[in-house]
Amino acid sequence: MTAPTRTEIRSAPHIKGPRSVEQIMANVVYSLLPICAFFVYQYGISAAASILVVTAACLLAERAFVRTGTQAGSLSDFSATITGLLLALTLPPGFPLWMGAVAGISAIALGKALFGGIGFNVFNPALVGRAFVQAAFPAAIATYTPSFLPGRFTQFIPSSLAWPLMAPADTAAWLKAMQFDALASATPLAKWKFEGTLTAAGDLLTSLAGHMAVGPSPVLILTCGAYLALRRFMDWRIPAAVLGSAGLTAWLIFALGGTKYPDPFFMLFSGGLILGAVYMATDMATSPVTPRGMWVYGGLIGVLTVVIRYYSGLPEGVMYAILIGNAATPLIERITQPTPFGKGASIRTRKSASYTLHPDYISREEASAKTPKKRFFKNKPKKS
Amino acid sequence: MSDLAQARTFDEFMEGIWRQNPVFVMVLGMCPTLAVTVSAVNALSMGLATMFVLVCSCGLVSLMRRIVPKEVRIATYIVIIATFVTVVDYVIQAVSLAVYDALGAFIQLIVVNCIILGRAEAHASKHPPVTAMVNALGMSIGFVIGLFALGAVREVLGAGTLFGFSLFGANFQPWVVMVLPPGGFIVLGAWLLLFSALKRRKEARLAAQGGGHGA
Repeated sequence: MTAPTRTEIRSAPHIKGPRSVEQIMANVVYSLLPICAFFVYQYGISAAASILVVTAACLLAERAFVRTGTQAGSLSDFSATITGLLLALTLPPGFPLWMGAVAGISAIALGKALFGGIGFNVFNPALVGRAFVQAAFPAAIATYTPSFLPGRFTQFIPSSLAWPLMAPADTAAWLKAMQFDALASATPLAKWKFEGTLTAAGDLLTSLAGHMAVGPSPVLILTCGAYLALRRFMDWRIPAAVLGSAGLTAWLIFALGGTKYPDPFFMLFSGGLILGAVYMATDMATSPVTPRGMWVYGGLIGVLTVVIRYYSGLPEGVMYAILIGNAATPLIERITQPTPFGKGASIRTRKSASYTLHPDYISREEASAKTPKKRFFKNKPKKS
Repeated sequence: MSDLAQARTFDEFMEGIWRQNPVFVMVLGMCPTLAVTVSAVNALSMGLATMFVLVCSCGLVSLMRRIVPKEVRIATYIVIIATFVTVVDYVIQAVSLAVYDALGAFIQLIVVNCIILGRAEAHASKHPPVTAMVNALGMSIGFVIGLFALGAVREVLGAGTLFGFSLFGANFQPWVVMVLPPGGFIVLGAWLLLFSALKRRKEARLAAQGGGHGA
């Protein structure tokens, strides 16, 4: 016995892709795991604790807000997990754990729940969380420690274990006891900005050489991003546009400005630019959907990153560049609307839109009002 | 005073404290609310200054409500309010110069506080003096509560103190953002969220009760 065929009448789209939000998000989490593992390999148990606490804070906040019933999405869609992992990767490894929890909660509360949950957020939640702690704890978020310290798998970085609401312990004294000078714990960007010393781009690319205060290796991040791009879980245009425009801007300034500015490879591989370009700027809810818009959006972020790094008081500018790009996304989408199929050049389109009010509308407001005459002519008639 | 009149007076008094709270329900007077609430002391003194101006000017406006021609009523209210603001301005200067410096131009700006002009126009000009002053007192207590709620949270998180007394010891890590303008918006948003959640829960409970009676 066969079931009777039903004719369903619905509007487009008729073909549904097999992909769900959960599947995409789960794949992003899988691709983030090697990066997190590398981060733990670099910084030991402090990094592991930071990742766990920040992600747990994100998940708890998400659960609390989803339970109110005013939010879209659910805990099982992995989006809060991604927010937590990314947020932990952008924070210094020795960031006090309680501040990490504050960052995670504010990321979900201010960055996501405020707008109505998954898919409604205007800004990347992880970056909102980071911006909040950057404003709240500017000293702690600028305190990095060198990677590959001896005994990193047996002892915490002292600043990690600060009591809640209390100031973290000073890492400089701790590092001094381990025979490290103060400069060892500065990030390559801070070293360039405040000391004028450049780190070789090759060392930055692998993150493996010596005791540098850097994040996971750009090569690894690009590999994991390539996996996502090849499986079409992410659009390759956005990272390409961000890195291309950042590199181009840095190269132009390098070529024109001379020795005062670092070479473009240093700009590309230092700081969080690669991580931001691959994982943060490509957040689906906060980036444009039009292909041309993606190029504009990525280009804007790249230029802004270099400009903020060069001409502001901060050594790193990826976070604010992406947040500004997120804010500009609706406008970018509006100016880069694709032409619908069949709307050729032969069909004349109206150059300017006119918004004439319906006559009834005016007469409803004022009984005696008439439709206003067109007052602005294209070719203004000359007064005789 | 009869029971009914007493109940009505109490209702007038409670209106500003809970049902029509100027900060949490009407969201009025945001300029001082966000600007001066970096500490509990500032918030309280701002609230008390506003209370004095509000109660006195509402009483005077109510007394003059039959004399003032309708066309010039707003100008008259502003002159009355400005008079009391000048008094408060000098009193604060005399009592505590530190508070006066902390509040800055916001004392003079009480003149244009929309809670005061709004109460004068919407309530005091239509009610007898006692009612008007009771209502104004309730409103200003609501305003003080609102300012104090913001100022206390921002001072505790932003400096680790309350009324200048250290709560967490010397090792406290201040949240710099809380004493900056964004902190004011974030804390105000959190309080508004809490109040609307409480309100919605109360409404849901009332609706459930009403349904129960109807069935």
